[in-house]
Amino acid sequence: MKISGWGRCPVIESEMLSPQNASQINIDSEIIVRGLGRSYGDSALATQVLSTLSLDHFIAFNNDTGILTCESGVSLASILTTFVPKGWFLPVTPGTKFVTVGGAIASDVHGKNHHVDGSFSSHVHSLQIILADGSCVECSRTSHPELFRATCGGMGLTGIIVSATLALKKIPSAFISETTYKAKNLEEVFALFDEHQASTYSVAWIDCLASGEQLGRSLLMLGEHAEEGGLTLNNSKKLSVPFTMPAALLNQYSIKAFNALYYNKQREKVTERSVHYDKYFYPLDGLNHWNRLYGKNGFTQYQFVLPKSVGLAGMTKILNEIAASKRGSFLSVLKAFGPGNENYLSFPMEGYTLALDFKIESGLFELLERLDAIVLEYGGRIYLAKDVRMSEATFKQGYTKWSDFATIRARYGADRRFHSLQSKRLGI
Amino acid sequence: MHKNILIIGATSAIAESVARLYAIDKANLYLLARNESRLSTMAHDLKIRGAASVVVTTFNAEDFSTHQAVIDKAYDALKTIDIVLIAYGSLPDQKTMEKSAADTIAACNTNAISVISFLTILANRFEENKSGTIAVITSVAGDRGRQSNYVYGAAKAMVSVFLQGLRNRLHHSKVNVLDIKPGFVDTPMTAHIQKGGPLWAQPNEVAKDIVKAIEKKKEFLYTPFFWRYIMLVIRNIPECLFKRGKL
Repeated sequence: MKISGWGRCPVIESEMLSPQNASQINIDSEIIVRGLGRSYGDSALATQVLSTLSLDHFIAFNNDTGILTCESGVSLASILTTFVPKGWFLPVTPGTKFVTVGGAIASDVHGKNHHVDGSFSSHVHSLQIILADGSCVECSRTSHPELFRATCGGMGLTGIIVSATLALKKIPSAFISETTYKAKNLEEVFALFDEHQASTYSVAWIDCLASGEQLGRSLLMLGEHAEEGGLTLNNSKKLSVPFTMPAALLNQYSIKAFNALYYNKQREKVTERSVHYDKYFYPLDGLNHWNRLYGKNGFTQYQFVLPKSVGLAGMTKILNEIAASKRGSFLSVLKAFGPGNENYLSFPMEGYTLALDFKIESGLFELLERLDAIVLEYGGRIYLAKDVRMSEATFKQGYTKWSDFATIRARYGADRRFHSLQSKRLGI
Repeated sequence: MHKNILIIGATSAIAESVARLYAIDKANLYLLARNESRLSTMAHDLKIRGAASVVVTTFNAEDFSTHQAVIDKAYDALKTIDIVLIAYGSLPDQKTMEKSAADTIAACNTNAISVISFLTILANRFEENKSGTIAVITSVAGDRGRQSNYVYGAAKAMVSVFLQGLRNRLHHSKVNVLDIKPGFVDTPMTAHIQKGGPLWAQPNEVAKDIVKAIEKKKEFLYTPFFWRYIMLVIRNIPECLFKRGKL
């Protein structure tokens, strides 16, 4: 069957295995595991993929501690619908709930609370993984710790995660108290991030087409779990993009107009409101197939991180380059990260990360290569879960622990069994 | 009041999705299927999702002589049953069936005769209780015999006609009989077929339709809804034309 990542590029012909339970998993040829297919690029693409979507059972839950054990194909959406009414929430969530637990671990995803709570794997106590030789091993920070650190953030390249135990977070209500600050440029938003370090959630939307005095103008959105509002689920109807839109609808004029409207919809310097978690964390999940907006050639999300000390200088240089290229992106997202972790391939490091969507068209990859050079010059790196095109050299320079990862992969024989188009491109 | 629900063929993808919806409703679930380890995985999952109680038991649809005991045991556990869903079946390969009368009979036994056996036993219990819903998953394939799939279609059609008669009989006892006709559903049963396109539905979407139809005491359910119109057209093509076609 034909499959692709969320960016809808590339589309490849692939054989899909769908085991009904872990005991049916039998690895006799090269394979990569795949969940809900929300990584943007080619990290869940290979000529043979193994879908975990039937491994979607809860195994155990402790209502006093919030410790959940579940199979790896369980989606974050079903964790939320099951446990929010009981007063529990995900400890870390990315910008979509349509990812599996296995995928969240393999990409070691982060959320708006990274600066205080770290990434997804920080809350994973242990996991069970099927290795290249077919054996099933439980690993954690104390048992097979190197395998654990390689698997968290390891893009499925160490084996097949079949289940995991993680800690949910107690919440008083399903609502978030949101405070939004308007920042007139990059310097101001960086200062606001610093000033509000103690906020549980923080993220900024940034207008990447603004230039000059207004370079980096943005809206910083802070959030705390509200006390009031009740533990209800969001029942509003979903909209859908019914077919692939003509790519030409997204151009520098339409994006510039949209961004100006979005920035100016808030007149006051500071606003406050109470908003349901579903709208706060997953605004795009309300629009099915939103990836069709970028046309038939698909799109890519470019997400990088720069170390804190050089964040302002590096970000200014990159935003200038993007503004000059006139290739813009709706809703570019800026976030201040807390310290990184010990995993070999986890993306976050202390500093600033920016994510931008670009439709795929001629000239784009040349621009992204220029951006890669700036990212590397400032000691940053590119997020593997979004990547579809970075070079082996860019990867190896950014991910300084890549060779430790490769060593562990070889020790477990994973380099002979688990490969994606991405791992081959990056030479791991 | 928590509903008492019996699902026969509970590990089928559609049945499992239905069970999850009733688990959220805090139902008491009694699940029958062949595979013990998958049943036990499901039981843990459904309890965490909210089911008031979950009992799982293995059964063999082809072993007709055990059917009475299987149903008696379910009644012993649940006392009364509000909803029964029969969801098991096999999708036989038509070409293989054409070469073997024995295989054809076996496919009919699984998809029709065994279901009718269960329905006969259950109908008397429901009639006595004077309430509840008997829901059975048949197929749009039962609406018209086609060269590509007529053994499966004929077996499903037999169940559908049986349900029609049963509905007429049990109407007087306030028991509802629902005939569920799914179109193409992306499940392990159809894993070998190339999928994609708007006709293919996900099991959880079909499950939502089923729960709604049971709630509303519907007699028939085509799911997703558009199959009602597709089958209306297919049923009405004159036979002299239809027989020349390739469906």
